Amino acid sequence: MKTALDNLKGKSTKNSLKIIIIIAIALSLLVPFLNLSSFVIRMIIMVGIYIILGLSLNLVTGFAGQLSLGHAAFYAIGAYTSAILSTRFEMSFFITALMGALLAAFFGFLLGLPTLKLEGAYLAIVTLGFCEIVRIVALNWMGLTRGPMGIPGIPAPSIFGIDLGTEVGYYFLIYILAAATIITIYRIVNSRVGRAFIAIREDELAAQSMGINTTMYKVLAFTIAAFFAGLAGSFYAHYVTYIDPQSFTFDESIQILSIVILGGMGSIPGTIIGALILVTAPEFLRSLQDYRMVMYGAVLIIMMLTRPQGIMGASKTKIKRNKLASSKISNKGGE
Amino acid sequence: MLKLSGVHSYYGNIEALKGIDLEIKEREIVTLIGSNGAGKTTTLKTIVGLLKPKTGQISFNGKDITNVPTPMITKMGICLSPEGRQIFPRMTVRENLEMGAYTRSDKAEIKESYERIYDLFPILLSRNNQQAGTLSGGEQQMLAIGRALMGKPKLLLLDEPSLGLAPMLVETIFELVKEINKQGTTILLVEQNARMALMIADRGYVLETGKIVLCDDAKKLLESDEVRKAYLGE
Repeated sequence: MKTALDNLKGKSTKNSLKIIIIIAIALSLLVPFLNLSSFVIRMIIMVGIYIILGLSLNLVTGFAGQLSLGHAAFYAIGAYTSAILSTRFEMSFFITALMGALLAAFFGFLLGLPTLKLEGAYLAIVTLGFCEIVRIVALNWMGLTRGPMGIPGIPAPSIFGIDLGTEVGYYFLIYILAAATIITIYRIVNSRVGRAFIAIREDELAAQSMGINTTMYKVLAFTIAAFFAGLAGSFYAHYVTYIDPQSFTFDESIQILSIVILGGMGSIPGTIIGALILVTAPEFLRSLQDYRMVMYGAVLIIMMLTRPQGIMGASKTKIKRNKLASSKISNKGGE
Repeated sequence: MLKLSGVHSYYGNIEALKGIDLEIKEREIVTLIGSNGAGKTTTLKTIVGLLKPKTGQISFNGKDITNVPTPMITKMGICLSPEGRQIFPRMTVRENLEMGAYTRSDKAEIKESYERIYDLFPILLSRNNQQAGTLSGGEQQMLAIGRALMGKPKLLLLDEPSLGLAPMLVETIFELVKEINKQGTTILLVEQNARMALMIADRGYVLETGKIVLCDDAKKLLESDEVRKAYLGE
């Protein structure tokens, strides 16, 4: 199975993945002791959240090939579940996070069901609609979500009496969550299940003809992705301690999708890099003042024109070029 | 082996199959010929359960499979090689073949299947680690057939294996279909290339706008005036 995915993504991707993992582990353990400003730490924590969001969406869109514009909805469901459970019932972070993730997964399962009938743009519209419904429910269900007033005072997480509500605490918490997500998604896409996802993306009819239960696998992809997005939402709620419907708009879905597309569909390291770039870029571009978002948009456009497959993604054309070269070599012996 | 009786299939409101009766016996090559839109592919899709018939019955080896989901049908031994060489372009040849064995868990026998397929199509072995999307049309068709064979089918459904291939390759493909049949696999062959299909088939069915209009020994069909006029261009 392993070799299978190596070939699919290219060996170099796998090696660079190893290197990235090693560097990430080494650097990340040092970060809290580097005496960085709280601003920088905050940025890094946000990158961690978006790594989880991006990877989970990549599972659905990049690997299983189902375009979703509603990922922010699961993020919101996780955040609201966590916020409500912790402010009203004083549950600890670990319970609320699990509940948030599970509830998001349940809604992911529900949203996965229409994928049986829909594909491409039609599916995208359904997911978009779902995202709007969740936001509007959060905005109007005053009794549960306090509507536009939002939920303030979400307590900081703690474990065994140790308060994790410090910079270092939050940092290591998101670090562990992001690492767990990366490892889980990596293991999924390299498994039998992952192969089914990729087969569905490559050719759904052929996948069905092979006896793959495409229905089940598509719903499964949505469910798993929603679980992790919910987890990210829970962490976000406990981290910023205040949430309102404004944090989970359609823009948020687009931001997550941009990370996946910029990084490379179906590439795990690509998503990590994509999250890093898209979360930090607006800050680096701050010196441009009013032109900041213009620049940001321009970078995305140029990127898509010159490298449509994303930073780490392998495009069809690229594969063709490489493989044609190698097929010429094998032709000599082959025919 | 396979029996369709009075099968009606719909795409939405459009009746694509208007009561198909068809029978395939063990070890036969049966061909289904007909013009565009006659319902050939629809018949195959209905057999493997990708499309559920509204009325009628399909049975396989005596078991009713009319409402059985596709993965189960594949497991029971009916494999479809879809039209237009629908291979997984960004997977390697080997991975495509692996996908064909998705519903199987018998490792030793899967190994045998690989060997059988590499024997049948030596070119696939030399292209083993190449991306399937970079293969030539003929090679892709061989891969699609090979992949369907990886499911160890008792009945292999081939949808237009000659589509878009050079005449010389068409002959090769048909030779291979014959060879696969000799090795014990029953085959239902859907073709536009009626002459070639009838030459290798035992029996043939002629489909016209969702109905079977003729059914006979392949040789007789080849000689019949009706078929010659309508499908062989004579």
